[in-house]
Order: sequence, then C-alpha cells, then structure tokens
Amino acid sequence: MNEQNSASENGNILEIRDLWKIFGDNPELILNSVEKRTAPRQQLLEETGCVVAVRNINFQVSRGEIFVIMGLSGSGKSTLIRCVLRLIEPTAGQIFIEGDDICTYNLERLMQLRRNTTGMIFQHFGLFPHKNVLENAAYGLKVRGIDKEERLMKAREALERVGLKGWENHFPHTLSGGMQQRVGIARALANDPDILLMDEPFSGLDPLIRRQMQDEFMSLQSELHKTILFVTHDLDEALKLGDHIAIMKDGEIVQTGRPEEVITSPIDDYVRSFVQDASAAKVISAASIMEEPRERIYRWQGPKAAMRLLRTNHMDSAFVVDRGDVLYGLVSLEDLVRLFRENPNGGELSQIIEKDIITCTPDIKMEDLFALAASSPHPIAVVDENRKLIGEIHDQAILMSMVQKKTPDMSDEVPSTAGENPENG
Amino acid sequence: MLEFPEWLQLPLGDWIDAIMDWVLVNWGVFFDVIGDVLRQALLSIEKFLLWLPWVVVVIVVGIIAWRVTRNRAAGVVMPAFLIIIGSFGGASGTSYWDLTMMTLSIIIAAVIISLIIGIPTGILMASSKRFESIIRPVLDAMQTMPSFVYLIPALMLFSLGRVPALFATIIYAVPPVIRLTNVGIRQVAKEVIEAAQAFGSSKRQILFDIQIPLAIPSIMVGINQTTMMALSMVVIASMIGARGLGLEVLLAIQRIEIGRGFEAGLSIVLLAIIIDRITNALAARLQYENKN
Repeated sequence: MNEQNSASENGNILEIRDLWKIFGDNPELILNSVEKRTAPRQQLLEETGCVVAVRNINFQVSRGEIFVIMGLSGSGKSTLIRCVLRLIEPTAGQIFIEGDDICTYNLERLMQLRRNTTGMIFQHFGLFPHKNVLENAAYGLKVRGIDKEERLMKAREALERVGLKGWENHFPHTLSGGMQQRVGIARALANDPDILLMDEPFSGLDPLIRRQMQDEFMSLQSELHKTILFVTHDLDEALKLGDHIAIMKDGEIVQTGRPEEVITSPIDDYVRSFVQDASAAKVISAASIMEEPRERIYRWQGPKAAMRLLRTNHMDSAFVVDRGDVLYGLVSLEDLVRLFRENPNGGELSQIIEKDIITCTPDIKMEDLFALAASSPHPIAVVDENRKLIGEIHDQAILMSMVQKKTPDMSDEVPSTAGENPENG
Repeated sequence: MLEFPEWLQLPLGDWIDAIMDWVLVNWGVFFDVIGDVLRQALLSIEKFLLWLPWVVVVIVVGIIAWRVTRNRAAGVVMPAFLIIIGSFGGASGTSYWDLTMMTLSIIIAAVIISLIIGIPTGILMASSKRFESIIRPVLDAMQTMPSFVYLIPALMLFSLGRVPALFATIIYAVPPVIRLTNVGIRQVAKEVIEAAQAFGSSKRQILFDIQIPLAIPSIMVGINQTTMMALSMVVIASMIGARGLGLEVLLAIQRIEIGRGFEAGLSIVLLAIIIDRITNALAARLQYENKN
C-alpha cells in the first residue's frame, strides 16, 4: 500500500498505471507475451482475434489541472476515459483516484465513487429526454439520495452558473446543442465533483459556439479549479485548454507534455504531422522565446557608461533598470549620440530615457506579441508582476519561433503559464 | 419407402394429453382457486358496468375521447358510436347495450391481467438476454398457434364459462405488451444509460427512473395492441362461454341470420374504433422524446 500513499502525496489526484483494454476472448495471450505487448494492432487482431483499444497507458493528473487526451477517432481515447470510471472495465492496470486503486472496488464502492467524487460530460450530452432541464441538472444529487428541495436548489445554482437561468422547465430537445451541453455541464457541476471527465464535450457543436463554450468553460474553471480529464480530437482545443496534453495513437500515448513542448518538440513524425497545422502563435508564450537581457543600464549610471556599454556589445538600445532590476525605461544609441552632440560636456542620462516602452508578461501568447513587436523598433521587455525585468524579446526570436527552427529546452525555465493553478504541487 | 415410417412417429399428442391429465389431477385445486378469483373479478367488473346508467357511460366516454385526443369531433363521434350500438338488437329482442358492457368487461379484465403479467415479463426480458431468448419463441407460439387449440386446455382447466374465455383471451392478447415493453426498454439510447451509470445510479435507479419512463410510449403502443387483440378474441371466446357481442355473432352464424350478424359485427367494429382511438391517442401523447 506504500505506492498508494505516494500517489496522493505528490499531488496527483488521478494516476493511471499500465492500463490496458483489450476487446476479445483471450486478452491474456497478448498481456503475457513480451513481443505481443508491443506488436501492431492489426497484427494482433489477425493473430489473436483481439482488439487492443487501450495499451499500456500511464499518466498522472495533478489537482486542479486540465489534462487533455488528444487523438484521432479510433485512437482509443473514448475507451480510455470510460475505463477511468470503469464504465468500460479495463483488462489490466491500476487506476488511482485520491491514492486508492479503484479497480479493486466492488460495485457498491464504485457507485459511491461515481456519485461523490467524479462527474462526467458527454459528447452527445446524454441528457434525459423525459426530464426537464432542472431535473436533469439535479439528477446526480437525486441518485445520491439528497432530498428534493436541496437538490433542486443546488441544480438551480449550477444552471445559473452556466447561464441557463430561466430555462429550468424546458425539455432538452427544445434546446440548441450548445445549451444542451450547458445542461450537461450543470448536471456534472451540481454534484460538485473533485474530478470532471469530459468526453469531447464541444465536438458536437458548431465552431463559433464551440469557441464560446471553451472560453466560458475556461472562466468557469478559473473559479472552480476542478481536476479535469478532457478528451478531444481537436488539437487547437487541446492546446487552448490543456495544462498537459497526452497524444494518443493506436491505443497508446505517444507523447505527454505541456502544450508548447508538444508543439515545439514533437517526439516523432506522427506527432509532428499532427502539430504542424497547429498555430504556434496560440501556444508559444513570451516566456518560451525570451532571452536574458544582454546588458542593462542602471538608472544612476552616466551617459558615458551607457555609451560604452552599447558600443562594446554592438547594441542599438538597452533597458534601464532601477534598484532590484525593476524596469525603468530604455535608452537607444541614437538618443545617446544626439545627447552628446547637443551637450559636448555630457548631459544627464535621465533626459533621454524613454519611459513609455512596450512591455509584456511572460505568459502572453505569440499572437499578441506580433502586434507589440510591430509597434516598436526596440526589443520588447518581459517583466513580472513587480515590473522586474526578466527577459527581452527581439523581433528575430518571434520570427524564428514561427518557423519552428527554435526548439528551446524551456521546460525547466518556464516560470508560469496562463492556465496553471496556484495550488499545483 | 413410400410411407412415412411408423417407428418415426412422435406421440407428442399423447404426451400432452398425459400432462394435462396429470395437471388436472394434481393441480386441479390450484386452478379452481385461480378460476374463482378470475370469475369474481370478471363478475364485479361486469356488474359495475351494467349498473352504470348508459347516459353516464356515454358522457364519460365522450369526455375521455375529447380530453385524450384533444379533438372535439372525437368527443362527439365516439359517444355517438356507443349510442348506435345501443340502438341495435331490436331484431333479436336483446339489449345490445348490455351485451356491449359484458364484452367490455371481459376485455377490461383481460387487459388488466395481461398488463400485470406482461409488463414485468417485458422488463425481465429486457434485462436478461437469456430470458429473452427463452420467452421470444413462446410469444411467437402464443400468437401463431390457432386460438382454438388452447381453447381445449382452457376448457379442461376451468370448465365452460367466462373464465376459460378470459384465459384464452389473455394468452392471445398478452404478447404485444410483453414485446413492446421489452423493445421500449432496450431502445433507450445507450448514451442516456451510460450517463446515468456515470453518475453512480444503481440498476434499480436506472430501471425505474430512466428506462421505464422512457419506455412508456412504447408500452402504451403495446397496451393498445393488447386491447385490440383481446377485442378480436370475443367471437372465439364466446364458443366456450363468454357472453356478449361475440355470442351474438356466433348465434347469427349458427342460425344464418344475416341482419343480426351484421348488427353484432358492426357493434364490435365500432367498439374497436372507440377503444383504438382512445388508447392510440394516449400513446401518442406520451411520445415526448420523439424529437430526440
């Protein structure tokens, strides 16, 4: 039981170990054979008559993060997410939820887990056509045996949260797809589960509604901080929502990582072909392309020191910082030259410091950097929340990242990305 | 080689006879009790319907037809049909109103008992593949076997009268409600069941809160069909002692009284239309999920 404890201690609310799902009569033929465990699916189907839907899956999801499983249809992602709740019984492996291997649960405990700990949202909504919106949202609470008054009250709150106030008495089939999925989300949220499982929740919606739902979902998540396992076939969606992404192919996870890792360093040709269409601009953050400021001028230094610094480093400009590396402004070579020409004795540096310069935070995405870069001839200063200078971005770096020649090993130096939650770790 | 070999003959008929004899000797008391219960139930319904003033029946049928079909014309036509039936019978000097109520009482009893047996059986069929594979051929046999064949054992078990008629009617009428209950539960969308499971519902919760409510439109169609099947048995049932419109038809055939036969036959048709329209409309009103 030691390993169970370790699972919860390191903050992983959900951990999958060596999970297999094999459809067919003789799964042990595959599980017990070293070479068959890695043989291609098609070959195994011919040799054993078994279909390997999910093969040797391992991943961890930490509390409060969105873990996205991405794959094309037939990659086994829907089977995998169903295995997590044992809606489909896994053939082998372990599933730890809060450090407990739920594969050892009997039906009664499993039902308790589904009632109290998890919630699920489905691609085709899975709403109950004979119940109205309010009763649908209250369903999970009803199953738990919560009395009518309380469950309807909580269901109302959940519906209000997803923007369906006033629709309580409508029936699902009278609602649009987007609204039906809102009911599905409210139904899951009303239960206040720790873990949300989402099986392509937005795939059935048209693109405009899909994007709107994604945005609303993200803002909801920023309030609720649920742990979410999210399945999708849409890479843009995965990149937009995921704190971590696992890419599945033929039942296996081929790569796991942060969105920008997957984009910038795809592990094999399969992932590469996948991500090449992805818009890097949406994923790559300022943090992953910024450089250490080459040199900085201190506010109290004189113009001569500044001139020497720029000259020796062949720079056109440099940032001026105050005590504690707090960004103060920018000095350009051009202005320095003019200063010397106008004041042969040397004036004050403060006369030529440009204070109104362009800055950004490390989590800003490339698509927003373009506009910033275009509006200034100088590098963009990257500052943290205290306006401390932590890096600079040159136009060239932006261009380089777009052609994806740059493969930064930024995994350990990325300070913080947008979707991350403070209680992580 | 020309004749079918004698040694290959299967004495199935003898066996059935032997089984029947054994049942009659050993289970006679059991069937007597069942027979008494059924007879009592049937008599109470018949007494009640005959006690009701015809005006009340006509008005109640009118209101039900109007409310259920949401069609005012139906609320006028259906009672009118009843009045037409009541106006018949002058030729033979019998009150067709009373005969109709007798027929109706046997139909009502048969349908109620069919539902009591049929709906649970259908639910069991839906929840077990094996049970389904056993019951399905039995249902086929019940529907395709000429009904005269089971009139005989019904007679032997319950002797002549209303009860064997009721028994035969039930055997003939119960399959549709079983089948459609089964189908109704099985056709509930997989995603809906899966969603219920994902929220931790037990089998019982899924059955009573999801499957059965969603199967109700289908079950209603089954009830409609069962009722119509019961009605279609009235003439045959009259051969073993059911009184009512069926017996009128039978007598008309035996005595070759065309007019009388036509009156009785038309009465059965009108009764069928009334029952069918009302139960059909009831089924249609429950089709809330047809868009989904």
